[in-house]
Amino acid sequence: MAGHTAKTDRRTKKTTRARRSPAARAAHRVLLMVATRKGAWLFHGDGARRNFRADGPHFLGHTIHHVVLDPRDRRTLLATARTGHLGPVIFRSTDLGRSWKEAAKPPAFAKVAEGEKDRAVDHTFWLTPGRPQEPGLWYAGTSPQGLFRSLDGGISWEPFSYINDDPQFRAWMGTVQDGTPDGPKLHSIIVDPRDANHLYFGMSGGAVHESTDGGRTFRTLIKGLEVVEGFDRANPMFHDPHCIRLCPSNPDRLYQQNHCGIYRLDRPGDEWLRIGKSMPKRVGDIGFPLVVHPRDADTVWVFPMDGSTVWPRTSPEGRPAAYLTRNGGRSWQRLDAGLPKGQAWWTVKRQAMAADGHDPVGLYFGNTGGELWASRDEGRRWNCIARHLPEIYAVETAER
Amino acid sequence: MQVLIPTPLLSYTGKTWVEAEGGTLDAVLADLDRRYPGIRFRMIDEQEQMRPHIRFFVNNEQVFDLARSLRPDDRLMIVQALSGG
Repeated sequence: MAGHTAKTDRRTKKTTRARRSPAARAAHRVLLMVATRKGAWLFHGDGARRNFRADGPHFLGHTIHHVVLDPRDRRTLLATARTGHLGPVIFRSTDLGRSWKEAAKPPAFAKVAEGEKDRAVDHTFWLTPGRPQEPGLWYAGTSPQGLFRSLDGGISWEPFSYINDDPQFRAWMGTVQDGTPDGPKLHSIIVDPRDANHLYFGMSGGAVHESTDGGRTFRTLIKGLEVVEGFDRANPMFHDPHCIRLCPSNPDRLYQQNHCGIYRLDRPGDEWLRIGKSMPKRVGDIGFPLVVHPRDADTVWVFPMDGSTVWPRTSPEGRPAAYLTRNGGRSWQRLDAGLPKGQAWWTVKRQAMAADGHDPVGLYFGNTGGELWASRDEGRRWNCIARHLPEIYAVETAER
Repeated sequence: MQVLIPTPLLSYTGKTWVEAEGGTLDAVLADLDRRYPGIRFRMIDEQEQMRPHIRFFVNNEQVFDLARSLRPDDRLMIVQALSGG
């Protein structure tokens, strides 16, 4: 998604950075990685992003929570899989999905001492690659909640940091009965592009946490965030971030969609501002996915969900729409051209909406009804590019 | 000993009946993992617990203990008890 390419002058050996021309950017084809309840698909876009060729299913019948292309080599894919009642694994491909090999050592909790309550990873939910300067480094978040790291490109994984076994974190993480219906999730693992030791992650439930020392210590970032009425907002256990994003164009700005609204945080400040209050009242600001613009930190897209009464988890009033702000959340614009005008009761999960790096930005989302939608013009017009897939859990983009 | 592999694990072995050695169920599963890397973790979690719905039968008798002794002429059947929607 980077708007720059590195060039090396052979005479001086000096590396300079040059902005890619629009034509060169357009030549980069978009790859969509779609994870579903019953397998994974890759969708290869043409240069104009008009047509997408489906490649799949990969792992038919396996529950795939996340598929991510390593941005450092643009060849290696990681896919997190849970298979029926079998234990969870991570599959790895170094030829863009033509062949897959199972990770030698998938994420697993440390063995507990006799008499202690044990935990086993049910599924790996989230994958985050390290920075370009740290090839081979990956982070993973699991359910039950755990934080893991690989230093060899996803072949072997170890618990990362102290949090998996820390009594305070364990209390905030809750049990399998707490949080998301199919298990609490550790997600939104973010590495500051300027500093490998500056990390964020979210726990559903269990709040937002930040480290500035490479995971040796974490502090909680919950100031300004609301919780469900009647609960103590000072207790991280009651905070439920759904999706946290850092702006690549301004790494000091974070956005968050959580259980109680849409928020923005401008560092070095530590108080979240609820920007979802400016959403239309009848739609509200509850939802799961949140997408940031690759080059404009004031521009964000969300996909609201009905979070009223019993939490139907459908589009509000059966009328799905993305909402866009271009001013950091002061105002929002409804984007529903091309989407169903009514009786569409699906929604979009937290990992299932993504942007590409083109200009104008392409947006993509997969829904709980197995449809994959795309917009080539930043959400002004939507087109369905695949139907009848299984329930879509995640959509990621890459450019090749 | 002969070990029956359930269909969800055939991607590891490529065949329904395979050979494995060991004096206990745990040792046989360890030998299976040497021959077919990764297969044990799909059945036994990191706390050394049999995963839910994975069942082991020795000579048609269900076994719940990884330390259970086995003889070379025993027959181990691994079953995934399918359930749910």
